[in-house]
Amino acid sequence: MIHTDICIIGAGPVGLFAVFEAGLLKMRCHLIDALPVVGGQLAEIYPQKPIYDIPGAPAIIAEDLVDNLMKQIGEFRPGFTLGERVEALEKQEDGSYIVRTNEGTGVHCQVVVIAAGLGSFEPRKPAVEQLEYFEGKGVHYMVRKPEQFRNRKVVLAGGGDSALDWTIFLADIAERVTLVHRGDTFRGAPDSAEKVYDLAGKGKIDLILQAQVNKLGGNGVLKEVSILGNDKSVTVVPTDDFIPLFGLSPKLGPIADWNLGVEKSAVVVDTFDYSTNIERIYAIGDINTYPGKLKLILCGFHEAAIMMQSAFKYVYPDQKLSFKYTTVNGVNPF
Amino acid sequence: MINIFIENDSGKRSALEVPTDMGFSLMEILKAYEYDIQATCGGMALCATCHIEVLEGMEKLPESNDNELDTLDTLPNADANSRLSCQLRPSDEMDGLVIRLKALQEA
Repeated sequence: MIHTDICIIGAGPVGLFAVFEAGLLKMRCHLIDALPVVGGQLAEIYPQKPIYDIPGAPAIIAEDLVDNLMKQIGEFRPGFTLGERVEALEKQEDGSYIVRTNEGTGVHCQVVVIAAGLGSFEPRKPAVEQLEYFEGKGVHYMVRKPEQFRNRKVVLAGGGDSALDWTIFLADIAERVTLVHRGDTFRGAPDSAEKVYDLAGKGKIDLILQAQVNKLGGNGVLKEVSILGNDKSVTVVPTDDFIPLFGLSPKLGPIADWNLGVEKSAVVVDTFDYSTNIERIYAIGDINTYPGKLKLILCGFHEAAIMMQSAFKYVYPDQKLSFKYTTVNGVNPF
Repeated sequence: MINIFIENDSGKRSALEVPTDMGFSLMEILKAYEYDIQATCGGMALCATCHIEVLEGMEKLPESNDNELDTLDTLPNADANSRLSCQLRPSDEMDGLVIRLKALQEA
């Protein structure tokens, strides 16, 4: 069990800056994010895009902003659980919470801060018959350990960079790799596309274009995929593993089931302190909504500062909070 | 001002009055009419949460740029009639366009 003062769900820019605001008040933080890296949307969707409305930074590349935020909070030594999705909140008798993830990690904290942006980024699932039935029995949405595919028959689907990259990589590991793509050209990195065509030309992989996997079959575990061509032809390919790679899509996920006030996929908060309808649970950044809400990173920063002042009373119930400027007191690490 | 029609799952069509002189993208128009699309990336053709299917009037639209095609390529259910509404600027030629919001079914 991890013990901390504040558990922050979401390691995007607002979640990261919340660590700084908590740190100024001597509150320790642990962050959980479904993505394997920090940065949230900035890391997943637009790492190389410039952002122009961060005060004091006329233009900053998204991943540079994330790097700077990590430097800024470094002295407060936050903990991170990455690549795990928060599944449940368990309220304790003393009012504190245990936050649990899908991998069984537990974080005991006094205050929960939801800074989850648009929710967790989850794999886009294609409309394939029996897809969910075979999850964990041959269907994978990402390649975590390439070695698990050694000497196995693998079918990948998709036309983006991930599909190309893993096809090339697994061609050396798997017994046989088949890549299925609904188009007849690849728009991923030209170099990768060329390598895939080259591997197919040399007979090292099977490339099936203008087609889509439409059905999975097997007896308890995956045994075959059925591929429907744009010309209505059907090909059945024996396989041990099917890996559809169609990128990630944001979903609210389990947060929707926590009895928080939710409107249009956002958590309703009180603008006094960005608290939700449940005591000790706050929501900041793009995940929340209130009259006049603007989904801007800088608004999330403001909300983080306000909410941490409010959270102080749960972490230090016997202390009186007095507001201090960093220009007066500096930043005191712990 | 032009009309663009949105068809729902049961085939019913609603007409939207769409200004062509205000610099809005179709995604912004749909949000202004309070359709529940996320438009996560704010219009950079990156997230595909404003994915639409053009049911009638594909020929009225300008061709997709590379960014849009790259992103459509990552969608499992994109087809020849798929577009990202953030990349479309309503113009007089688009009057009568009929679309379906595919992003809503993906949500």
